[in-house]
Amino acid sequence: MSATHSTEHTRRDFLYVATGVAGAVGAAGAIWPFIDQMRPDASTRALASIQVDVSAVEPGMSLTVKWRGQPVFIRNRTEQEIEAARQVALEDLKDPIARNDNLPADAPATDIDRSAGEGRENWLVMIGICTHLGCVPLGQAGDFGGWFCPCHGSHYDTAGRVRKGPAPENMAVPTFEFISDTVVQIG
Amino acid sequence: MSGGHSTYTPKTGFGRWMDARLPLPRLVYDSFVAYPVPRNLNYAYTFGGILSLMLTVQILTGIVLAMHYASNTEIAFSSVEKIMRDVNSGWLLRYLHANGASFFFIAVYVHIFRGLFYGSYKAPRELLWILGCIIYLLMMATAFMGYVLPWGQMSFWGATVITGFFTAIPLVGDWIQQLLLGGFAVDNPTLNRFFSLHYLLPFMIAGVVVLHIWALHVTGQTNPTGIEVKQKTDTVAFTPYATIKDGFAMVVFLLVFLYFVFYIPNYLGHPDNYIEANPLQTPAHIVPEWYFLPFYAILRAITFNIGPIDSKLGGVLAMFGAIAVLFVVPWLDTSKVRSAVYRPWYQLFFWLFVADAIFLGWLGSRPAEGAYVAMAQAATLYYFAFFIVVMPVLGLIETPRRMPNSITEAVLEKNKPGTPAAQTAGEA
Repeated sequence: MSATHSTEHTRRDFLYVATGVAGAVGAAGAIWPFIDQMRPDASTRALASIQVDVSAVEPGMSLTVKWRGQPVFIRNRTEQEIEAARQVALEDLKDPIARNDNLPADAPATDIDRSAGEGRENWLVMIGICTHLGCVPLGQAGDFGGWFCPCHGSHYDTAGRVRKGPAPENMAVPTFEFISDTVVQIG
Repeated sequence: MSGGHSTYTPKTGFGRWMDARLPLPRLVYDSFVAYPVPRNLNYAYTFGGILSLMLTVQILTGIVLAMHYASNTEIAFSSVEKIMRDVNSGWLLRYLHANGASFFFIAVYVHIFRGLFYGSYKAPRELLWILGCIIYLLMMATAFMGYVLPWGQMSFWGATVITGFFTAIPLVGDWIQQLLLGGFAVDNPTLNRFFSLHYLLPFMIAGVVVLHIWALHVTGQTNPTGIEVKQKTDTVAFTPYATIKDGFAMVVFLLVFLYFVFYIPNYLGHPDNYIEANPLQTPAHIVPEWYFLPFYAILRAITFNIGPIDSKLGGVLAMFGAIAVLFVVPWLDTSKVRSAVYRPWYQLFFWLFVADAIFLGWLGSRPAEGAYVAMAQAATLYYFAFFIVVMPVLGLIETPRRMPNSITEAVLEKNKPGTPAAQTAGEA
């Protein structure tokens, strides 16, 4: 605008601004598909839910299934494991939130909230990925008899709650549902 | 030293014709023949040339490997084994490429430490230094993505851990990670895009290298004394002096490189990467390639929360900070003396820093438990203290040694019989 030596707006000013705005909007619009294509595609997102038969999983046994390319631990916990997890006071937990997609976001990380719920306290279903940097923790290992991540040394207890090490959160419990006594649907 | 007075005179008719239309021969002559370099450069200054050579080796071997490699998770692992067993000379090309990456990093680390020792980053070479830091960052990204391509266990879990860094970012972390992976975990979309980018980035490196050399030729090279070129007797012509010295250093470097390629090609690799990627099983002990180990140790050293920053984000910030701090080195160093040759205290702290970086590398290869964690924390503390405390403070309180008036004087003084040699040659 300074080029015109006048405060009056000219047709050229309008063309400058209109071209500039159209160019900026156009460039942003053109860039978007290049970013958008990097997001998970339809086939990846379509792998929404799987059904798993857990009838053969006895107390003390675990099953690892693949869901959305990630391992999901399904564990039939023993009485001792449940008891050990119940003994822990919430104040002792590094992450006091349940991280259970089936419950409100602020549900406390009590043992019952981590498990499959009333009557199915023995079942623990969680994404078997360390919340630190994504390794798969080893089962029934570590200082708390739950899981131990070999990558950077995070310890989880028998309810999959982080107790020690660099991991910031408890292992995530995905959306799941027992659609019968022996079949669990994840996702 | 900056151009302006070209001494090129075309000798042939074609040369004159060319010079009037596209003076490319003039550019080459002025940059690599008549270009004056300080007469006292030692072998530490040959690594820039070695790095150009290694970039060329990586691009050439990479292009032909891409002709045989398949970036699909179903067949990526076996296509690499096919290169090793079936493709004619495939084993050689792959070992050259894999070990070439390691030797590229060896050369770049010597080059960076050379710059830190002789104060090469100081005014007026700040941009030259920053361009070098950008090349180093691009190299790390390229090497990381290249390591994922063979689709072994370390490829997969290395990719998982490193893309996991981004989940530490508050609010948008998970979204960014999914954007990088193209899914909820490392999978086929990840492998495909990494292959595409692994092919692209070396050419971006080559582009920044052009800027790096351009900036170098504007300011001119530093030299072990750190004294700027003042007179004609301070310099010699690039050809034959620097060309021969660089060439000789390249031959020696290649000898060591080829020893690894032919006799111990897997020494720098990890055996777990000869096991195909398995998303359901993490190897007992994940380690990155050796050239990332110091940063890996820094990442794992932050095991405590710092105020509102949890240990995970803290580790990631410390790791990226360890590289980011390099960018501001020209402004952290307050000393008026460029070269460590005349700075006895800086020399001490510098060698401590070199030892610290190597120590961090060793710690990065150890499991993150027990005494290793405390040692990594101490070593990380010194790593940052070197840049943030030693560099600014030492420049203000250190008494430097007496400096010669010119490069020529430094060289003649050193060669004079009976006088103690100036502490120049052979230090890197």
